[in-house]
Amino acid sequence: MNRSAYVIRRVLLIFPTMLAIYTITFFLVHATPGSPWSNQDKPLPKAVVDKLNEAYGLNDPLWQQYINYLKNVLQGDFGPSFTSRSRTVTDIISDTLPVSIQLGLVSMVIAMIVGVTLGTIGAVRHNTWADYLSSFAAIVGISTPSYVIASLLVLFFASYLGWLPTNGWDGVFSVKIIIPAIALAFYPSAILARYTRSSLLDVLSSDYVRTARAKGQRERIVVVRHALRNALLPVVTVGGVVFADIITGSFFVETICGVPGLGRYFVSSISSRDYPVVLGTVLLFGFIITLMNLIVDLIYPLLDPRMSR
Amino acid sequence: MAAVTVAQTADRTHVREIEGLWKQAFRRLRKNKLAVISMWFILFLMLVAIFGPYLSPYSYSKQDYGLVTKPPSWAHPFGTDQLGRDILTRLVFGARVSLTVGFVVQLVILVIGVPLGAIAGYFGGAWDMIIMRVVDVLYALPNLLFVVVIMTFLRGQLALGQEQTGFLAALARFDAQTGGLIGVYIGLGLIGWLTVARIVRAGSMSLKEREFVEAARSAGAEDRRILLKHVLPNTLAPVVVASTLGIPGAILYEAGISFLGLGVIPPMPSWGLMIAEAIPNMRAYPYMLVFPAVTLSLTVLAFNFLGDGLRDAVDPWMKRG
Repeated sequence: MNRSAYVIRRVLLIFPTMLAIYTITFFLVHATPGSPWSNQDKPLPKAVVDKLNEAYGLNDPLWQQYINYLKNVLQGDFGPSFTSRSRTVTDIISDTLPVSIQLGLVSMVIAMIVGVTLGTIGAVRHNTWADYLSSFAAIVGISTPSYVIASLLVLFFASYLGWLPTNGWDGVFSVKIIIPAIALAFYPSAILARYTRSSLLDVLSSDYVRTARAKGQRERIVVVRHALRNALLPVVTVGGVVFADIITGSFFVETICGVPGLGRYFVSSISSRDYPVVLGTVLLFGFIITLMNLIVDLIYPLLDPRMSR
Repeated sequence: MAAVTVAQTADRTHVREIEGLWKQAFRRLRKNKLAVISMWFILFLMLVAIFGPYLSPYSYSKQDYGLVTKPPSWAHPFGTDQLGRDILTRLVFGARVSLTVGFVVQLVILVIGVPLGAIAGYFGGAWDMIIMRVVDVLYALPNLLFVVVIMTFLRGQLALGQEQTGFLAALARFDAQTGGLIGVYIGLGLIGWLTVARIVRAGSMSLKEREFVEAARSAGAEDRRILLKHVLPNTLAPVVVASTLGIPGAILYEAGISFLGLGVIPPMPSWGLMIAEAIPNMRAYPYMLVFPAVTLSLTVLAFNFLGDGLRDAVDPWMKRG
């Protein structure tokens, strides 16, 4: 199969994938018993409930709702939110998603720096205490959930030492981002460190590295210029998936650190049965994951000429 | 008749060979100190989860307002929480919840993933295409969100089921007694089988071309027999590694969902829920946060060490192919 046919095929595959995600989530959400109006403290009069159902189109047959919502989503309209009457789901998403993405990008940068450094140390000093220490740090990072790290950081640096604010959000260039960004970066740093280490170990034992060393090249140059460049290729593929993970997994940290991102909104919408918000978030996150996978698959052959043949 | 006997003999030698490989792998595993310590820790935790609740003088749910937020003491080694409940007792019950989630989810994953992967890899063609398309779609689902959606759906169905009789009602009662986590088991199982299915598929695809499968087939063995006796046992090692490494993932998911207040139904404790309850008071009562957080991390750490050790132990076998 030639390259452009492959690209077109991969791009077109987004549509059935998204349709499948939409279909599964739509029917799951609608088959869940209980209506959005039923869990308010005071039960609403039947006439009001009927009116609300009518207004939000919930009396239409299910297939009708399925098609209507799909039509609206394709035009960028995720429908009205059930709980906040003044804002649509599209409003909510356009308010909160940029926050989640900014936080995610900062964490990703931290994770890249920490992860690649730790992994490189592990591989270059293979089987020494430095390697064991960095591997140990990585496995601890994988084993400690972000909400534990976030709350410990808040406890220590905000409550105890008083160096940093306990919560809030003021954009990327505020000290308030430090705790959530570090907490969110822990897990991806560990994953990237492990991938970098194993990939670099493979490359360091290859023929061209031996040649570079035989030439009398300095070790530093061999590692950075010759080995690391190739070793980071598989790390890039993980990087895309890891970034999607950060964005879609940020709701713990957002909840603890009071960051007004999309993740925090999802949590409150699921308990208030705000179906359009739930559906919109799942669709959006599904789209982000699909897109990141696509980008990684398309970029990889460009970085690695061996793959494009 | 003779053909069957030949096939059976071939089966037996092959099974013996695989057993030998497992023994070698275990010998290698025993040399890995961290993995061995982790195994003992997990065993200890399992014993605690099974017998601990009978040994504790306290209840996990009974509130005692005379004993609110007492720091660790002889009577309450890990202190008491904001409702006067013994934290150690709640941790022990939490171990039950976490370990059950870890193992049950892996069971669900194996039940779904192994047959689907084997069918896709061994029979190929249309089967393979359909199954792999499903895998592709599920890979694009945001995991945690999807588990939460499935859980809410199942919980709603079970709540309806409680008013009825029959299977659904029995399931609903069982669910209520175990802290309402059936949705988590099924949700995590439904999104978790992809990796196992891929491993088994890849293994079956390469194994079906091998000489011993050829030999079994020419000796008259049917597909079913070849799959069960020759193909699956050879894909078992990577599946065991993946399952072991999947357990901490499932435990973390459950803790996370419970942390958000969407998982276990109180008063049943879960480590994640205990962490969440401790956060508002963490400045004044840090021990309420530290004990469940450390227990959770240590448990996950132990399973990760064991899984890594297992992977290293079966690695030479896998490289041999």
